[in-house]
Amino acid sequence: MKKFDNRKYVIGAIIIAIALAMIIRLFIIQVVDNKYKLSAENNSQRHVVEYPARGMIYDRKGELMVYNQAAYDLLLVPRELKSFDTLAFMRILGIDREYIRENIAKAKQYSWHKPSIFLKEISVETYAVFQEQLYKFPGFFVQTRTLRKYPVPVAAHVLGYVGEVDDRWMEQNPYYKPGDYVGISGIERAYEDVLRGQKGVSIFLVDVHNAIQGHFMDGKYDTLAVRGENIVSTLDLKLQAYGELLMQNKIGSVVAIEPKTGEILCLISSPSYDPNLLIGRIRSVNYQALSRDTLTPLFNRAIMAQYPPGSTFKLVNGLIGLEEGVIDEYTAFSCNGPASVPIKCSHNHRSPISFIHAVEESCNSYYWKSYQAILNNPRYSRIQDSYTAWRNHAMSFGFGKKFNTDIPNELSGFIPDYKYYDKYYGPKGWRPMTIRSLSIGQGEIQITPLQMCNLAATIANRGYYISPHLVKEINGKPAYSDSVTYHKTSVSRENFDLVVEGMSLVYQGDHGTARWYKLPSIPMAGKTGTAENPHGEDHSIFIAFAPVDDPKIAISVVVENAGFGSTWAVPIATLMMEQYLTDSISKPEVEKRMIETNLVARGRGTSDKKD
Amino acid sequence: MIQRKFKIWLEIDWLTIAAYLALVIFGLLNIYSAVYQPEHPSLFDMEMRYGKQVIWVVLAFVFALVIFLIDARFYQFIAYPFYLIMIFLLIAVVLFGTEVNGARSWFQAGAFRIQPAEFGKVAVVLTLAKFLSTFNIQIHSMRTLTILVGIVFLPALLIFFQNDTGSALVYFALIFTLYREGLTGYVLWIGLAIAVLFVFSFIVNPFYIALIITAITVFLYYQDRKSVLESTIALLTFTFTNILVYIINEYFDLGYQPFFLVAMSTLPVAIIFLAYAIWKRIKSAMYLSLIIISSIIFLSSVDFVFNEVMEKHQQTRILVLLGLKEDPKGAGYNVNQSKIAIGSGGFSGKGFLEGTQTKYDFVPEQSTDFIFCTVGEEWGFLGTTSVILIFVFLLLRLIVLAERQRSNFNRIVGWGVISILFFHFSINILMTIGLAPVIGIPLPFFSYGGSSLWAFTILLFIFLKLDSTRKEFLQ
Repeated sequence: MKKFDNRKYVIGAIIIAIALAMIIRLFIIQVVDNKYKLSAENNSQRHVVEYPARGMIYDRKGELMVYNQAAYDLLLVPRELKSFDTLAFMRILGIDREYIRENIAKAKQYSWHKPSIFLKEISVETYAVFQEQLYKFPGFFVQTRTLRKYPVPVAAHVLGYVGEVDDRWMEQNPYYKPGDYVGISGIERAYEDVLRGQKGVSIFLVDVHNAIQGHFMDGKYDTLAVRGENIVSTLDLKLQAYGELLMQNKIGSVVAIEPKTGEILCLISSPSYDPNLLIGRIRSVNYQALSRDTLTPLFNRAIMAQYPPGSTFKLVNGLIGLEEGVIDEYTAFSCNGPASVPIKCSHNHRSPISFIHAVEESCNSYYWKSYQAILNNPRYSRIQDSYTAWRNHAMSFGFGKKFNTDIPNELSGFIPDYKYYDKYYGPKGWRPMTIRSLSIGQGEIQITPLQMCNLAATIANRGYYISPHLVKEINGKPAYSDSVTYHKTSVSRENFDLVVEGMSLVYQGDHGTARWYKLPSIPMAGKTGTAENPHGEDHSIFIAFAPVDDPKIAISVVVENAGFGSTWAVPIATLMMEQYLTDSISKPEVEKRMIETNLVARGRGTSDKKD
Repeated sequence: MIQRKFKIWLEIDWLTIAAYLALVIFGLLNIYSAVYQPEHPSLFDMEMRYGKQVIWVVLAFVFALVIFLIDARFYQFIAYPFYLIMIFLLIAVVLFGTEVNGARSWFQAGAFRIQPAEFGKVAVVLTLAKFLSTFNIQIHSMRTLTILVGIVFLPALLIFFQNDTGSALVYFALIFTLYREGLTGYVLWIGLAIAVLFVFSFIVNPFYIALIITAITVFLYYQDRKSVLESTIALLTFTFTNILVYIINEYFDLGYQPFFLVAMSTLPVAIIFLAYAIWKRIKSAMYLSLIIISSIIFLSSVDFVFNEVMEKHQQTRILVLLGLKEDPKGAGYNVNQSKIAIGSGGFSGKGFLEGTQTKYDFVPEQSTDFIFCTVGEEWGFLGTTSVILIFVFLLLRLIVLAERQRSNFNRIVGWGVISILFFHFSINILMTIGLAPVIGIPLPFFSYGGSSLWAFTILLFIFLKLDSTRKEFLQ
């Protein structure tokens, strides 16, 4: 191998050449070129996250509902910490020694060299003082955040609130880092992606005195924060506020929908709370208090409480009877009043009674007999089939399922299927008589106030509904124009006309259950209901829409433990509709009585929170 | 007997051991600094990487001692069995290994992990040496080449399947060993030419490259044959076919890319020239036509592989490395942070434990593949240059040792150690300063990690043991 001996020189030369290339390159990077050098000794980069302003939320008329307020978080990098004047520190920030000790320990535990939050949401005034003294406290720096603010403290449930992300959320969404805020409920949650914007990061150079020296490499690696998009809600702020005023000291809910668009005009759950309580530092304390309240103010009754709909459901049963052809406009049934079997009728009225007047006077006997006719329809051989036919009709009104639009945490209500009864009574063990309560909206059926309102909207539209939703526009573009679904019920329009006629008589008729509150200026149509409540006094329910011929608003009102529908739910619904349509109130004494009455004490029983 | 052993200790090359110790200890200091946390100040804190590295270092010394105690002939004897065991382990790790950072190249037992690929190098070096030192071997015979390629590529392929491309590429460094042992010098030139062509194919439109290569080969042909007539004919043929194809493309509005046109016109002409050259037995014309053909094929395949085969992030890495794309947050992040860390060290560095860049976790993998950043930041240009000089001293010293061997086996083991150390050393440091792609291989004796430290120690000390007994061989 002697002849290849000089190849060792070739390889040796390659080694030396590469080493030389390295040394030259290192000489350039380390000595000649200042690009990679940072200005002062022991300086470092600081990554400051720029939090975008969260998108604002407006009501349908452009009134501001939610905006942002600047807040300042004090952050700490334990590694840069040097001994400092704790007395001055405590004085400026208004914290005690224990807090400092605890939080420094906590920060060290999280990371030695990454910033962690030391003190949240310093006020603007404190920030101004502290910023001047910042150089005395190496290791600390301030980061700007924004907090939600609510100019009118209403619609807490609908708007929802914003809070710090939890571990589970961060695991699923790596965008979020500890200390970030995220929408936890309501619109804030449903539109989190739209509202949050995009975080940016600025890399600063910081010198020994902890002062920012400028952007690292002239901001080449910085990213800009992109602010969140604004949202226009379908809510009418004024109507929402008025409804909350009427519902004060009462338990229940009010939902109003614009029937033609499915836009929710107000969504009230009472008792409510001031949304300003659930922001920033005070949030955890207040949240604890609210969640311990026995009246459950955090519980959104309008979409999560499920009640038996009571007599309002007679409208659905009547429509199904007409559609199935087992009754018609002229069908009349006799009623023995309180002596009726199997269901008493508490209303004192003429007998026999025809369809329209049965709506007007909410005759139990009439609906029991027509329901019996639906289930005994000779077209079906088994009750399972006739019951399923009935159930399919009922489901076409949106009952027993979620709307799945932008309303987080809505519940679906419950319309049992035949298997439910088969299981209970055996396939041969049940007859119309067994499930008679369904004829008058009691028993196993469960419906949310939102679904009740949607029923009013469906009838106002004479047979169809648009899925109710809460947001109208995102950044000027319609949020739902294409995707909101149009739902036609399985009942034809002529049958709806009959029901509307009956509902009109509820206000206009001589025996109507809402006749005391009729307004000459606005033709209204409605239906009262009373939901039996095993825990206390019955719940007062009313659904309505107005004006009858060109409906602009459909509404449902539930007042828990308030007794008959006509006593409380009717006046509240009527006031709301009048307020919305005319922007004025013609019966101030009714308004006064509603605002002042306290019904909370009448029963501690709340609705069944079944899923 | 005692006298002989005593002599062996005298024969050990203490200069190499001094360089080795300098690197290991300086490496340990830098690992300590890179992962230093004030709550764990003790170097022997087992919760920290430096505590563990101390154990790896001590064990490495034990291995070194054991290697010295074993009879030198054992290593030649053990080469083939060891190779087979390693192949078996490399297959096993693909099937049953633990995945770390996307590479399935670890066996895990409790808190300890071991990476067979590192020890594979030892097996391949010994096997290569044993095979090449076989009596009367012909390195350019087809059979020898096939076996050589097999010995080197089989483990490389298995490591590649572990998704550890960096460690697989290391085996190609053995080309240096083969070169020293008489493999034709063309392999180095061809390798260099391929690298240059590859880089240029991204910077310059391949259309021009193809034209330039054609022009150069014609010129070289003229230089060789001094025949104006033949050169002119060749040049005119290339020009004519090129223009013809270009006109056809324009006239029929076919819309092909310029490079495709050049390839389509030059390739057939070159093939015809090749056939003619073979017929007439003109060697230079044969080689030159082959150069044209293979470069055009190479250019087209680079184009094809880059656009059709590679994934987005791989494309980006290449473009960033060639400086054709700025992507400081993505593919270039490591290198950029690494350069900032090294650059911020200045001439004399910030001092031990004073580095901020490396300690802020800006540089990923900083106690392993990017340990050189800590050197750069805390010890400055003086520190980096010292490390490079120690490595150069070590490598050159090893060349001297390798060349003084009387046994072929010993010499080839020496060159195997040199090739592998050199590849690791150059690629690792070049990648931290942005001159080589980030392929994630450790800096020998320096980076954190038991497997790599042990493997390099074993490699080095086997050779030192062989060296210490060199006088026992008569050849």
